[in-house]
Amino acid sequence: MTQTRARLTARAMGTPLDRLDGTAKVTGTARYAYEQPFAEPAHLHPVQATVAAGRVTGIDTAAAEAVPGVLAVLTHRNAPRLAGTGDAELAILQDDRVAFRGQLVGGVVATTTETARYAAGLVRLTYDEQPHDVELRADRDDLYAPESVNGGYATDTAQGDVEAALAAAPVTVDRTYTTAMCHNNPMEPHTTVAVWADGALTLYDSTQGVYAVRAAVAPLFGLDAEQVRVVSPHVGGGFGSKGTAHAHVVLASMAALVLPGRAVKLALTRQQLFFLAGYRTPTVQHIRLGADLDGRLDAISVDAVSQTSRIKEFAEQTAVAARMMYAAPNRRTTHRLARLDVPVPSWMRAPGECPGMFAAEVAMDELADACGLDPVELRVRNEPAADPETGRPFSSRNLVACLREGARRIGWERRHPAPRSRREDGALVGLGVAASVYPVFWMPGSSARIRAGADGRYTVSIGAADLGTGTWTALTQIAADALDVSVERVDLRIGDTAFPRATVAGGSSGMTCWGSAVVHAAEELRDRYGHEPPEGAEATGDTGENPDTERYAMYAFGAQFAEVRVDADTGEVRVPRLVGVFAAGRIINPKTARSQLRGGMTMGLSMALHEHSYMDAQLGQVANHDLAEYHIAAHADIGSLDVSWIDEDDPHVNPMGSKGIGEIGIVGTAAAIANAAHNATGVRVRDLPITLDAFLA
Amino acid sequence: MKPFDYRRAQDVSGAVALLSADPQAAFLGGGTNLVDHLRLGVVAPGLLVDVSRLPLDRIEPLEDGGVRVGATVRNSDLAADPLIRERYPVLSQALLAGASGQLRNLATTGGNLLQRTRCVYFQDVSTPCNKRAPGSGCAALHGYQRYHAILGGSPECVATHPSDMAVAMAALDARVLVRGPGGERGLALTDLHRLPGDEPWRDTVLAHAELITAVDLPPLPAGARTRYRKVRDRASYAFALVSVAAVLVVRDGRVDDVRIALGGVAPKPWRAVVAERALRGGPATEANFRRAAEAELAAARPLDGNAFKVPLARNTLVATLRELAGGTPR
Amino acid sequence: MEADITLRVNRETRWLTVDTRTTLLDALRDRLGVTGPKKGCDHGQCGACTILLGGRRVNSCLALAVQHDGGEITTVEGLADGPDLHPLQRSFVRHDGFQCGYCTPGQLCSAVGMLAEARAGWPSAVTADQEGPVGPGPVALSEAEIKERMSGNLCRCGAYAAIVPAIAEVAR
Repeated sequence: MTQTRARLTARAMGTPLDRLDGTAKVTGTARYAYEQPFAEPAHLHPVQATVAAGRVTGIDTAAAEAVPGVLAVLTHRNAPRLAGTGDAELAILQDDRVAFRGQLVGGVVATTTETARYAAGLVRLTYDEQPHDVELRADRDDLYAPESVNGGYATDTAQGDVEAALAAAPVTVDRTYTTAMCHNNPMEPHTTVAVWADGALTLYDSTQGVYAVRAAVAPLFGLDAEQVRVVSPHVGGGFGSKGTAHAHVVLASMAALVLPGRAVKLALTRQQLFFLAGYRTPTVQHIRLGADLDGRLDAISVDAVSQTSRIKEFAEQTAVAARMMYAAPNRRTTHRLARLDVPVPSWMRAPGECPGMFAAEVAMDELADACGLDPVELRVRNEPAADPETGRPFSSRNLVACLREGARRIGWERRHPAPRSRREDGALVGLGVAASVYPVFWMPGSSARIRAGADGRYTVSIGAADLGTGTWTALTQIAADALDVSVERVDLRIGDTAFPRATVAGGSSGMTCWGSAVVHAAEELRDRYGHEPPEGAEATGDTGENPDTERYAMYAFGAQFAEVRVDADTGEVRVPRLVGVFAAGRIINPKTARSQLRGGMTMGLSMALHEHSYMDAQLGQVANHDLAEYHIAAHADIGSLDVSWIDEDDPHVNPMGSKGIGEIGIVGTAAAIANAAHNATGVRVRDLPITLDAFLA
Repeated sequence: MKPFDYRRAQDVSGAVALLSADPQAAFLGGGTNLVDHLRLGVVAPGLLVDVSRLPLDRIEPLEDGGVRVGATVRNSDLAADPLIRERYPVLSQALLAGASGQLRNLATTGGNLLQRTRCVYFQDVSTPCNKRAPGSGCAALHGYQRYHAILGGSPECVATHPSDMAVAMAALDARVLVRGPGGERGLALTDLHRLPGDEPWRDTVLAHAELITAVDLPPLPAGARTRYRKVRDRASYAFALVSVAAVLVVRDGRVDDVRIALGGVAPKPWRAVVAERALRGGPATEANFRRAAEAELAAARPLDGNAFKVPLARNTLVATLRELAGGTPR
Repeated sequence: MEADITLRVNRETRWLTVDTRTTLLDALRDRLGVTGPKKGCDHGQCGACTILLGGRRVNSCLALAVQHDGGEITTVEGLADGPDLHPLQRSFVRHDGFQCGYCTPGQLCSAVGMLAEARAGWPSAVTADQEGPVGPGPVALSEAEIKERMSGNLCRCGAYAAIVPAIAEVAR
């Protein structure tokens, strides 16, 4: 069992190294999954259900099969039988049941993409359509409590007597907040190229975890893990939607099995992502706060409702941040789910914390209002001495420093406490603040191998992923410091199950887990071979264990500030300034880290103002399923974006002293913007997204 | 996408003849909307007749002081043209408010006018839509309505016309020149598009094989100021929730001449004749602008999901007129 | 139905037979192995497929290959002059103007086309909304101009705040 002996000395770490994969990406030579060259690949286009509930009663594939160039038409009548069907999202084409509109019910393989798509449109299906139910409401009588929520957290918690404390509190906030259904929409749609040859399946897959895909696919086809190789060196974004294998990977694998020896390429269309690649569930959150006249919290109560699918449970951990964020002796949180005829929800950047902290941090702003207190000061007053839930000390907690620095940067002292006080060029202008938080996860199970080469070079291999997160660069910097060599002497290899096992790029845990494994491998190599190892010398190390995770509460914190302008005539909302200050331990690469945090805040702005997958209750599907109508922020939406961090030395989190930064940037952004919009206009928006309708008079 | 044949037209009469001979044929301009529809299965022509290289790519001054815009002039060239920027800034503004730089480089004038609604149901062949599949129903009446009409819709269809350019042209009293099998004809741009009524599948009054060859812009009255104001959810690269194209002449504090068209609110570029009538001759005051806007919108029949467009259209129109009545002329 | 066409791709003449349904994007990626242009939406809604066609930036996903027979195409692979990166490519790396890199080829081609448009004096919505007479000559590119002109290129990683200064530095 590996355990870190000493903390790593930073030499390469902390330097703003240019992205090592940068040249490949700006010259178009970085190859993504679809772009692996194959002679005469086949192309696969999915067939999707056009009802939201029911059974397939008739299939006519004659017209599709008659199209020249069509190689195979897969339906549940002829698809390969799967060995393990425990995961119903992945168990496609095994029977006639339809559990959501857009579900995979077939696929056409052809010699060209044009032919495959055209023929897929010729497959005629008839259905026994059953009534469907896709509406999430908090007053449904069929909500249920899951056994636990995502991340393994308890579904409900309770401390003290919340009802009594609320009844006695001189100041209360009692409001319901909603967040919209959102789709991850990485720029690279989910893609799998599958090749079945010589009793082995090779998948070139756009994924956040090659080992996660292998673990999902191998048992489905009754294969040993070693018979499945997954390759994914460059990934065009994921934000959680490529963290687990989705059904299209199975469809591509089935097609490869049917056409042995031939590469089968499947790239989902943008529209198909809205059905098949996971999404952020909408949430309804009832928040009650009780405080004294000075704003000191005595009670926090959060009841969160979200949706899951009929066939597979996903329970968003919406309320978990409220368990540890602020001090209050009386606290309760609950999570309830509605099981609906909808696609399977999944991870989207900071599941739980992101929607949860929108509601909680707007509620805090309402409390500041009710107490007549500055919102920054309110948060400072409710700083806990230790984790309110577990009583453990924080390994480091610098929220207050972030709030103070952010306030300085945005010019908080110029904020008018009274809403609607500032008018400039026909716009109402306001400032808002919200806090950010994200846990430091320690996931065991990663290994790294380091091999000494000629000329003092080292090859570091690990089945990790870089989906734009900067892994290529930051992990190389960690390896260089662990080996005490310059980064030029390190060749990193990632994104392939041919390399040692790595956990998924999720939960902002990549650098913690993979970095620890690399450090331990380097220690092992140096222990065995010293500083001049012979060529070919090898050592491996794994993430190991960190006993401090049991002793300390480990989180990154941040503070976000927004300036919002609302057009007095049209209600158009713009965000000319965002300021984010974070406390996230050691920053391994300031350049790529800044991009990560800025990217999170940009997505947070996008969530605040734009993102809304509109569920059409009659049809049972998202209506605005493309990028023309599902808006993500564009260049013109982004004003000045000021990202910084405070120096934070945390000796407990891992050998690097780093905390994950992939997700915290999106936590709190939407609340800061909503709070600024309130300060600008006096209109309190409790439902995302914040669109101009709310401000029209 | 159904297989189709492709022919490049050599001249206007050849293009018209090719379409006349084939009821399954369609004209192809810049392709920015038609290629979408081919891929989505919204349309499935057997033959595409490429008219994008016809010699209709000129922007020429007319003797009456107006300007003729050829049908294959690209949106980007039209927006940047010095003559257009000088004489019709509202048109340049409208073009630049639409789409993106790279789309404007492909899209043509004729194609822009003939682009079809972006209604999400029209574009999704798995859903009901009377415009795409007559008689199948209208999913928007009980669905996603944010981009749908508050004026001029019918129980059959509430889709909006998505063009920005056409809204400016409607306010400019533009005329459309059309060549068909029977020869040439001209019509007011405001007569080109039709309201859905009980035939929502007919977007325009053009017959099969009729080709738009040019758009004529008459001269603006002396002292006219113009403005295109587009309100949308995203700060750029988004269709209008509401847009206003306005031409205003104010003399001695009174409205001497005014032309207004609204976008994003109706199945066609909506010429606001009621508001114009209410404004003409009256004092150019905010109170009057508001009364005129309310008079125009009295006919609005919003849906649950787009009721906000009534106050939004009113406010946007008032703000645009307010701006034009102040400031320096352009 | 098929057609024989010629494309000049990154200064090289390529002959190919295409289905009339094939777009320039698919012709480049699937037929010619030129995979720099990316498919993000296939509907002109994201800009990842942006290439230069006859020197102008266009969405290659909406351009039928057969319609552009004889076209002169530059993709991201053709921006560099041999081993010397285009100044925009260098600037993107230095400013970290991307993360996953999937929108990057489109951002770069779009930026090259956009800079040429501004040099030619083409207005944008930002320019056109300004009061006062408009003159010929190059447009000075403020940050607001760059953002408006680049808004047809979406970036889900949220690198906008680095892309804009990367372009501004080269525009100067």
